Amino acid sequence: MEKVFRALADPSRRMLLDRLFARGGQTLSALAADMPMSRQAVTKHLAILEEANLVSVHWQGREKLHYLNPVPIGEIVHRWVGKFEDARVESLTGFKAGIEEKEKKHGRT
Amino acid sequence: MAAPEFVYTVYIAAPVERVWNALVDGDLTRQYWGHENRSDWKPGSRWEHVRVGPGGEVDIAGRVIEIDPPRKLVTSWFSPGDEGNEARTSRVTYEVSEVGAEARLVVTHSDLNEPNMRAGVSSGWPLVLSSLKSFLETGKGLDALDKRVKELG
Repeated sequence: MEKVFRALADPSRRMLLDRLFARGGQTLSALAADMPMSRQAVTKHLAILEEANLVSVHWQGREKLHYLNPVPIGEIVHRWVGKFEDARVESLTGFKAGIEEKEKKHGRT
Repeated sequence: MAAPEFVYTVYIAAPVERVWNALVDGDLTRQYWGHENRSDWKPGSRWEHVRVGPGGEVDIAGRVIEIDPPRKLVTSWFSPGDEGNEARTSRVTYEVSEVGAEARLVVTHSDLNEPNMRAGVSSGWPLVLSSLKSFLETGKGLDALDKRVKELG
């Protein structure tokens, strides 16, 4: 999980993930053409993203294609946010029941 | 062959065989996926993704295209209403390998031309794979997945 946070800490790497979210299956050349940095820098950032498992790789013939892999981010979300979400949904359900109860009293449905 | 639409990777602290069984054994898939994967898993056989619950709806079905236990499984994938419609049939490849003490599972989804399926799949796989990891490492899948399955109706 530390690798994921470290990989996400860099704005260029987040930009690369944005590019892959918009369009999966890009080559290094396609990504480098679209990024305001050298090809070497993109290579380095991609390696860090791969190492953190935030990028999956697929070989299509001789082309190495890169894909956003959100699975590790999901693990972070489920670990913390998921619990909050349950609480939020429950409170909203309570809120809705309260409103409906009030409306019934006022003769509206 | 066109490039796949999605390639997902998950590392799981479990032997390759356990990961494989968790994909093809309906009693296991129901515990983290909210569905039973049912098939005799022979090449050419049908497989069905059956929702857990009283209705037992088949949400996804397909054919076993290639199977090489416990390493590789390739299936076709469609909504039951789209059976026989090639344009709405996609393909899923599961590859399990050992990386150090962990298993790596790569799920590749290709030929996803149907927009609704594409949208469902892109939010579904990461959740399923996180739930699988949680199930094999802690014995329990994710509540978030149960919730999503319930929302199917």
